[in-house]
Amino acid sequence: MGWLNFIIESLAFGATFIYGSTGEIITEKSGNLNLGIPGIMCMGGAGGCLVLNYIGKSNMNPILIVLLGILCSFAASAVMGVIYSFMTVTLRCNQNVTGLAMTTFGVGLAWTIMAKLQQTKYLNTPKKYYRFPFSQNVTKWQEMGLDSMQKLGVMFFLAIIIAVLASFLLYRTKVGLNLRAVGENPATADAVGINVTRYKYIATCIGSGIAGLGGFYYIIDFSGSGEAYKSLEAYGWLSIALVIFALWRPHLTIVGSTVFGILFSCSSYITNISWIRTTMATKPLLRMLPYIVTIIVLVVTSIRNKKENQPPASLGLSYFREDR
Amino acid sequence: MNKQNTVKEPFIHITRRVSIKPVYSILIRLGAIVAALIVSGLMAFLLIEKLSQNPEKIGQYYISLVKGSFSNGEMTWKFFKNTAVLLCISLALTPAFRMRFWNIGAEGQTLMGVFGAISVSFYLGGKIPESLLIVLMFVGALICGAVWGLIPAIFKAFFNTNETLFTLMLNYIATFFVSFFLLKWVPSGNALGILEHGWLPTPIHNYFLIIAVVAIMTVVLFIYLYYSKHGYEINVVGESINTANYIGINVKKVIIRTMLLSGVLCGLAGFLIGAGLDHSITSETVGGRGFTAILVSWLAYFNPLIMALMAGLVVFLEMGAEQISQTFDVQGAIPKVIVGTILFFIIGCEFFINYEIHFRKSHKEEA
Repeated sequence: MGWLNFIIESLAFGATFIYGSTGEIITEKSGNLNLGIPGIMCMGGAGGCLVLNYIGKSNMNPILIVLLGILCSFAASAVMGVIYSFMTVTLRCNQNVTGLAMTTFGVGLAWTIMAKLQQTKYLNTPKKYYRFPFSQNVTKWQEMGLDSMQKLGVMFFLAIIIAVLASFLLYRTKVGLNLRAVGENPATADAVGINVTRYKYIATCIGSGIAGLGGFYYIIDFSGSGEAYKSLEAYGWLSIALVIFALWRPHLTIVGSTVFGILFSCSSYITNISWIRTTMATKPLLRMLPYIVTIIVLVVTSIRNKKENQPPASLGLSYFREDR
Repeated sequence: MNKQNTVKEPFIHITRRVSIKPVYSILIRLGAIVAALIVSGLMAFLLIEKLSQNPEKIGQYYISLVKGSFSNGEMTWKFFKNTAVLLCISLALTPAFRMRFWNIGAEGQTLMGVFGAISVSFYLGGKIPESLLIVLMFVGALICGAVWGLIPAIFKAFFNTNETLFTLMLNYIATFFVSFFLLKWVPSGNALGILEHGWLPTPIHNYFLIIAVVAIMTVVLFIYLYYSKHGYEINVVGESINTANYIGINVKKVIIRTMLLSGVLCGLAGFLIGAGLDHSITSETVGGRGFTAILVSWLAYFNPLIMALMAGLVVFLEMGAEQISQTFDVQGAIPKVIVGTILFFIIGCEFFINYEIHFRKSHKEEA
């Protein structure tokens, strides 16, 4: 059953990227290329854990604990989104530079906060609540050799729901149409009467909030270790890569994330299979795979040059009404 | 009746400035730095326990910020060395940025440069004369950096592939590429020790040569970008590809040539790090300086001379923040928080330089 366990593990791991890239897609559709996602994901994790540090061990209703954690994680990262939007939309700063500064700031602040929290409070007890449906009879799963099942918790399903909902919202509703118009050509959207600033702000904040949940999910549910926050930054960058892989369609991030999850964890899986002879040096080569695949997708979509697979036309540009 | 008309006018009205007196733009920047220092002090106050318990130590906070770079002669040399390395990478990015080719892959290109230099020294060190070895290391570094810069440029030129994301991915591939070779060289997984061969000569001071090379490079690049035909072509391609085509510039050639230059200069930075400073390599050798360089280049409006000042400012902040975490004995990532906070202000103040804010009141008086 090793391979099945491996697939489930990859699925669960992929949920981190589903959050991250769905958030980034919503942001990018408004024309904001937010390179601060790594910092925002760290902050999402830190925000949720900060609250759990206070309520995790109390005898509060578990459902309330789960909800409060998710809510605060969302809020913490949405605040980062507000800072980013203020800088890029209101002050019209360069998005790449602002994003990089956000990453520095967010990672720094999140690490500082996480270092002060106590693992016994924020992680050990609440972990069970977050891994809800399958965490009840862990021993049974272990007997079947499917340890990873317990990692498919509440937030895993939330990720899939969010991704599907986001796709529906973007491509099937009027709000989504307006949002895409803002990302493609803000001047035209403005002329039609769409409030460009409001759309950019709201999309960026919600997008950041969703991305932040990814950080929280990774710490509290998937990894369940006190050191998890240290690897979040790398996954933030991968989430940005996954946006291209998913061709700016949130529901495709589910597929993409699973592929990424498989590519990412296969380095440890393959080296454990006895009949494939590998050396230590193969591991870094295998870990290159997700990035190489992303580049291939990027190149192929640019060669095919289909209009619906391209990045939003005004991605990365600030909008100022009086410019021509 | 008139009242209704004035109500409709928005409270704040923003216009783009046509020009700004240099005095004002300097004043705005200074104001931003002062505000940034105050807010970063507040952040530190909230996050550093030793400071929130003894508020009177806040003076020490600012003293440490300065001390980080200038506490003694050796520190000052180190400050100039760090500035030179960061400036070198920023300069390398600049030609591409002026062309609006958003190369965010300096991290990978520089790491490949270090790799090029170190691998030559690893395989040939001790087998050939020292001077020849250094020349070969130099060539190796430039080639590796150039290849890493050329790959996205070719795809951009021929297929218009998004270069921001392409170069970002190449950073990670470079990291794993280096870890792969490290495991080949040192199969036990230990760090590669300091190599004995292929050290740059050190006249006057350990860091003097590096600082001198980067200083010369700054001036040369300034002349290249502002007073040469190539520099002009880069500007035109950046402003409008259609115009460039119209006046007979071969856009593909310019893109590839400029990225080649960018990659070669990153390779040079890698050579300076590998042969002049570290004499070894890990996958973390560049340590985020490739990303910081993007900030520096942009903050200087892609002007090499201003870039020297900006690189100095950023290094000053980083070294100061490092010193602060030592003074107050804090673990973790406080320096990043301090640097990040200050950067927000420096980036944000550009708005007040480029745009003018009018309030409704002033309009009423005119009427």
